[in-house]
Amino acid sequence: MKYLHLMLAMLTVLLLGSNTVLADVPSPTIPKGNAEKCVLPKDEMRVNHMEHILHQRDETMYDGIRTEQFSFKKCINCHAVKDDTGKTVSHKDERHFCNSCHTYSAVKIDCFDCHASTPNSRDKVTAAGGKQ
Amino acid sequence: MSQEISSKGASRRKFLGTSAAAAGLSIAPGVSLVSVAEAKPLDKSISSEQRWGMLIDTNKCAKGCSACVDACNTENGLNTGDEQLSRQGQKAQWIRKVDLRDKLTGHEVSLPLMCQHCENPPCVDVCPTGASFKREDGVVLVDKHICIGCRYCMMACPYKARSFIHEELLNQVEDVPRGKGTVESCTLCVHRIDEDTNEQRDPACADACNTAGHKAMVFGDLKDANSELSKQLKQHSSKAIRADLKLNPGVRYRGI
Repeated sequence: MKYLHLMLAMLTVLLLGSNTVLADVPSPTIPKGNAEKCVLPKDEMRVNHMEHILHQRDETMYDGIRTEQFSFKKCINCHAVKDDTGKTVSHKDERHFCNSCHTYSAVKIDCFDCHASTPNSRDKVTAAGGKQ
Repeated sequence: MSQEISSKGASRRKFLGTSAAAAGLSIAPGVSLVSVAEAKPLDKSISSEQRWGMLIDTNKCAKGCSACVDACNTENGLNTGDEQLSRQGQKAQWIRKVDLRDKLTGHEVSLPLMCQHCENPPCVDVCPTGASFKREDGVVLVDKHICIGCRYCMMACPYKARSFIHEELLNQVEDVPRGKGTVESCTLCVHRIDEDTNEQRDPACADACNTAGHKAMVFGDLKDANSELSKQLKQHSSKAIRADLKLNPGVRYRGI
């Protein structure tokens, strides 16, 4: 099963590289994050971000582990998208980072039923966890 | 036998070592001027070596003061105006002020009441999905990822400490996820407890009470004999509300 993904990926690369027919296929416009690079390589995050978030979710919930690498809060802070007026858009807006791909792939997520979808007043927590 | 003694000696040395490291300013072994709580690194799991609790002195709690309630609402984003259709009694409330009057003497007391973070929480007993749980360090929480909103826990809680969210919320605070169809209650501000800081961070309510000058709420580690909380509990008589239920709550009261 593991190799199936790999083969599919290779096939996609081949197709993209050699064929121009796919150029007509609409692709999602994914906004760039605000940091230099993501916590893991892009390809890994695209495929497995939910696994990492899920793992961190239970560690935080039950064990009080609040490391920053897969912190949902950090994702939201870094991937905040601003509208024309400079205001950060919420998950209700199709330009929201998560929506940019989830709308495209028709995968409904319910994270934001509970979690804040925009960085808010307390995003000023420093790397050490203390307040500025 | 000799092995037993030596292992005891080793653990005692270890204990003395860690307690010396934890004490900020010590003038002699066991005598400290300022004790600094040891910070938990962000990547370290919580443990049952601690049990968080609180002592509330009703003699210091001022009638009509709602500093703790307001602070809780702000800290946890409970008053963002998202609950438009809910009646007052349906809206989320994690801590509330209760006024008591002795009919015979007319003596009045005012006290804040919230989740009492029981050692044997009935809300956890009745939860059909396991969403209602107690952390290793004694904080009773709801895992909203698996809460189905049945509200059995609300019925089981003798302190009426839990709320159900009836409406879609949009303005949650990032540290405190909350949402429609789930039950919630006081978390003792776990996001503050888990923070990697040099000093112990009190929950918002205790913080606000101190700021307001009443100093009626003392938060701390019940298992640490040197914590301010343990010292006060040892010195003064205190009560658990509905002690007859033998739930051993982490929140205790003086003056009732």
